[in-house]
Amino acid sequence: MKYRIKTFLTTNEMIVVYIIIGLAVLIGLVNPAFNSISTVVNLSRTMLVTLIFAMCEMMVIVSGGIDVSFPAIACLAMIATGNIMLKNQIDNIPVAFIMGALIGASLGALNAILIAIIKMPPLIATLGVSSMTSGATLAIFGAKIITNLPGKLDKLYKVSLYTYTNAEGITYSLTILILIPIFICLLGWLLLKFTMFGRGIYAVGGDIRAARIAGFNVKGILFFVYIFSGTMAGIAGVTYMILMRAADPSVLMGSEMMVIAAVVMGGTRITGGHGTVIGTILGVTLIALVKNNLIMLGVPAHYQTFVVGLIMIIGTSITSLKAKHIANSIKV
Amino acid sequence: MTETFLELKDIYKSFGGVQALKGVDLTIRSGEIHCLAGENGSGKSTLIKVISGAHDPSKGEIFIEGQKVSHLSPIQAIEHGIQVIYQDFAIFPNLTVAENIAMNRAVSTGAKMMDWNCARKLALEAMEQIGARMDPDILVENLSVANRQMVAICRTIINDAKLLILDEPTAALTSKEVQKLYTILRCLRDKGIAVMIVDHKLGEVFEIADRLTILRNGEKISTGLIQEYDRKRFVKDLTGRDISESAYVPRTSASEVFRVENLSRKGAFENVSFHIKKGDVLGITGLLDSGRGQIGDALFGIHPAQSGEIFLHGKPIKIRSTADAVKNRIAYVPEDRLTQGLFLDRSIQDNTIAASIKKYFIRGRLDEKIMFQDTKEWIKKIGCVAPSPDPAIRTLSGGNAQKIVIAKWLNTKPALLILNGPTVGVDIGAKYDIHQMLHKLAEQGIGIIVISDDLPELIQNCNSIIIMKNGRIAGTVESSKINETELAEMLSSQ
Repeated sequence: MKYRIKTFLTTNEMIVVYIIIGLAVLIGLVNPAFNSISTVVNLSRTMLVTLIFAMCEMMVIVSGGIDVSFPAIACLAMIATGNIMLKNQIDNIPVAFIMGALIGASLGALNAILIAIIKMPPLIATLGVSSMTSGATLAIFGAKIITNLPGKLDKLYKVSLYTYTNAEGITYSLTILILIPIFICLLGWLLLKFTMFGRGIYAVGGDIRAARIAGFNVKGILFFVYIFSGTMAGIAGVTYMILMRAADPSVLMGSEMMVIAAVVMGGTRITGGHGTVIGTILGVTLIALVKNNLIMLGVPAHYQTFVVGLIMIIGTSITSLKAKHIANSIKV
Repeated sequence: MTETFLELKDIYKSFGGVQALKGVDLTIRSGEIHCLAGENGSGKSTLIKVISGAHDPSKGEIFIEGQKVSHLSPIQAIEHGIQVIYQDFAIFPNLTVAENIAMNRAVSTGAKMMDWNCARKLALEAMEQIGARMDPDILVENLSVANRQMVAICRTIINDAKLLILDEPTAALTSKEVQKLYTILRCLRDKGIAVMIVDHKLGEVFEIADRLTILRNGEKISTGLIQEYDRKRFVKDLTGRDISESAYVPRTSASEVFRVENLSRKGAFENVSFHIKKGDVLGITGLLDSGRGQIGDALFGIHPAQSGEIFLHGKPIKIRSTADAVKNRIAYVPEDRLTQGLFLDRSIQDNTIAASIKKYFIRGRLDEKIMFQDTKEWIKKIGCVAPSPDPAIRTLSGGNAQKIVIAKWLNTKPALLILNGPTVGVDIGAKYDIHQMLHKLAEQGIGIIVISDDLPELIQNCNSIIIMKNGRIAGTVESSKINETELAEMLSSQ
């Protein structure tokens, strides 16, 4: 029992929890304004899209691969959906999401074909698809930012689950869009933990040959993972458009490193086979916390990126040191 | 129980133009431990793949429990209760013990949901059956090799195995773990399961097998009860030649080749002193962690000794790095040749000249022609089975690869050759070749140190053996005055 508690307290998830608590206490001490519900509201807004990305990235990494194409896919989904809806006078929320999801799914399928059938290394395949996609996006739709979204989409932005007005009369509202990542996390958790298919993803990431011998449909699993990732990226793109009330063909580009960092911070091993939904949520929370609130500690703006990098390195070296420790420790 | 479970008749299998199996017959009975022995390339693994349904034989018949099976697929084989445990066990290091044990069955029954409680229960039941005790919730990456093997065995049990095939199951186990494995295999046999072990270690075969089938070059040479074999027949059938197991008797002369005095390295070994005269082959043995391997690492400068003196041909030398060792013409065949001794993806030639590349650097460029010639000569001289210097090392068998490691060092004209586990994973035939080579080198005046836990090997090849315990020399014995049992007793006594 003692052993169980000890292992629980030193899991990767718990380490991230300690860092989050430590950082929150520090910020709260230096700047009491942090200790407010508004912080939570702001934080969840920052986390919203990142969390969707992180969930699909986590699943891909668990399967032993990596996906760097999701920002490009999300951008295309966003700008294409916006453009098509405006041109054809469509003003329907489900249609927007379905369109985004389909665009994402088809590019995800392209990734899957390159990786599972042509057997390209995942990094190269998704890098190529990313570059192609973002190039095509700019070629087809131009660099113009759409700000006059269809009415219903625009209105969805204002629907909130919860509003909070502080003493100074400033209102903070928690958008209904937060339900999307919550739903995806729940779905991902159920899938990964309780279905044979989800366990198959871990099996493939742990030892692809053993997975084949055990009778898993390895190709099917890889196809699912990359198509799922693409679909979620498409949905994330549409979500981002509604959240920002604008469609920008390149705004998300470059966010992949931050997302991968958040995922790895959350205990997902970059070599595959290890990763949890809770850990991913915590990793995203930590990165969002740093990005949003470092300024409250008096850290100048351009030091923030530096500090984000620093935390990433410290956080991930804890996990990789742990992995090394496991590899070298006496086996039972 | 002596029912026949599996019968193969006149099995042929060819790949392209190469005949891997030429008319092999094999009968495996329920409730027996059957050993399949053969050197590398004898067709053992092809035969296993035929039995497990991974390869279709080109010709021949397969009967399972008396029924003829015309086309055996991997899934059918599993349905018939044929389970193979490969050398890497095909288990998932990132999953828990319970999940690993239950997973294959869940997949094959087409389960959609993961039932953690059921997996845990199945795992505990299976472990109970073979007397293994592990936490079902621990990740397999935290387990020792022996326990990973237990997990793999448990998995076959819950899959209702009727024939359990283990491919070289003892390769990575300590002798204690081997005994535990044998207890489990005997217990499975007594429950009526047919067990087939692929092995070619003489001592182990005689200890565990009920019956034996020997393959050579894709043909069945002999099969029969283990009582019908003695060591000589086994070796003869396995290698196709008479191999004398005579001990090496050196013609030692008084001139000293190598001497160390009070060599110490903190945490590894302490006050180690010994000397080698011309013609001597010195053995160093001891249990794992006794410091035996560390002495080799120290003499080659990988983890140098912190104090003590080293003399080569009477002259004191200092070894602080591998470069020092090479400069003093000390050569080292490391324990793990795959990761430490070879460039697996490079050609035989590249590996052979790797330690002596400087001497081929003529007028500012590498002389390909001489490198090629020298490699060809070495291949011939050391009896490596390879068509040319071109193939990658990866394509060679363990014995041939080890010969190349030795050739690489001999090409540097060493004064002292240290071999750490020189014949681990090497066929009997190649082992014999390597031993003969060592004798010849010793006679030429090269100092030879063999670090090994293969006691018969030490007794046969060394004239004196140092026994290490907890980093200290616990004793030195003349190998002519001791037999294997006595040496084993000395090793394990406190």
